[in-house]
Amino acid sequence: MSETLQRTALHSWHLAHGARMSPFAGWEMPLHYGSQLREHEAVRQAAGLFDVSHMRPLDLQGPAARSLLRRALANDVARLDAEPGRALYTCMLQEDGGILDDLIVYFLGEDRYRIVLNAAGARADASYLQGLAEEEGGGVEFLPRDDWGILACQGPKAIAWAAEALALPELAPLKPFRSVAPRADLFLARTGYTGEDGIEILAPHGHLAAIADALLARGVVPSGLAARDSLRLEAGLNLYGQDMTTADSPDRSHLGWTVDLRDPKRDFIGRSAIESERRQGPAQRLWGLLLPRDAIPRHGYELLSAAGETIGTVTSGSFAPSLGLGIALARLRADVGPDSAVFLQVRQRQVPARIVEPPFWRHGQAVYPAEESLPQ
Amino acid sequence: MSQVPAQLRYSPTHEWVAQLTPGRYRVGITDHAQELLGDVVFVELPQTGQAVQAEAACGVIESVKAASDLYSPLSGEVVASNAELTDNPQWLNEDPYDKGWIFEIQADEKDFAQLLDVAAYQNSIGE
Repeated sequence: MSETLQRTALHSWHLAHGARMSPFAGWEMPLHYGSQLREHEAVRQAAGLFDVSHMRPLDLQGPAARSLLRRALANDVARLDAEPGRALYTCMLQEDGGILDDLIVYFLGEDRYRIVLNAAGARADASYLQGLAEEEGGGVEFLPRDDWGILACQGPKAIAWAAEALALPELAPLKPFRSVAPRADLFLARTGYTGEDGIEILAPHGHLAAIADALLARGVVPSGLAARDSLRLEAGLNLYGQDMTTADSPDRSHLGWTVDLRDPKRDFIGRSAIESERRQGPAQRLWGLLLPRDAIPRHGYELLSAAGETIGTVTSGSFAPSLGLGIALARLRADVGPDSAVFLQVRQRQVPARIVEPPFWRHGQAVYPAEESLPQ
Repeated sequence: MSQVPAQLRYSPTHEWVAQLTPGRYRVGITDHAQELLGDVVFVELPQTGQAVQAEAACGVIESVKAASDLYSPLSGEVVASNAELTDNPQWLNEDPYDKGWIFEIQADEKDFAQLLDVAAYQNSIGE
């Protein structure tokens, strides 16, 4: 891979703030600005600022935009009809039910939607959707917002501080999973990827540094992808490419709740595969794991039954700074669940793990407090 | 630019080695290594009495993001390890050359003399 890495509009801003940069999905992104732990803590206690401009906004508009998205996405954008500004988390599936990507779609107004795509799949997803639109007879205009970047301001103080620092009184009354566009060149959404309250700010490249500076002046801490990863894992949020791929359906990925089968006439891509998997039950499921801090689970580690049989694999694992424990998402055989005895293979040792329902962190506190969380 | 003290010797796998007495050496990881690892949250120490081989894994350092092997820069016998790191793994980040020492080893003086000096180590990490 000798492809040159793309840089966000804030590249020199990151360097000026002491970022250690790292390649991620074809982009050169800040990993941390000195300490992942300090940034993680800042987001849990106050507010952190992430440059997530590697994620790509794409606007779809036209008379066939709604029907295209109802066909392409496993969740149903019809849920958004009554309320412009509302957002929906969804998977985009293959015919066989495997997850092509996950994304958030915002309903901007009649015949107008904005989707935000993961860095790695953004280009392929856009051409896939365009191909699908052509098959369906056109009527959708695709407007990639390559001249815009995205900042995420996350934490219990994020909304109040951003409202003050950016002089945006419209932020305070904004409900979760809603968005507002106070001006043509500014889009604010109460969404995020950390398990905390917060906003994502979409704006043209030239505006981002001033927004970042204003937030920092108010106390928001610049935070990197390393903290973003430990925060999202504590919040039980999947990472595409790691916790789910084209080989995994939503039901195998703890995302069954995002599949909307209510309208029997909605023939979305992957529907028949999902229905047949629901009749048989999925072969595997994604669970959370708790481990002591001397046995931190990592991507690819195996899980064994008491008899020594392999019954699953860790998809994401980390030390959880807010819990003081090792945590993981792991894909386990369907007959394994919270009452099962499982052991994590950590180097030469097999360490008992507790299987739990994600998330590990919700509403500002640990769902599974450290002292009572581990198997004896 | 990371700190690379002049009085120490170094291994290509980013351990520093201090001579305590001829034949007895103290080992830790360099400032450059701790920067690469990120925040350390757990250290699996080599055991006193354990025989270790140069360039072979003898312990594990877990940061928030990854587990990394700890290599011994010398062949010999482990004669002490820093038990305080169990409760204070962050010392590897905060003070890698002093409070963050990891273990002590009885080894051959000739092997110690073969380790990288400060200029050679700085060169190896591109500083």
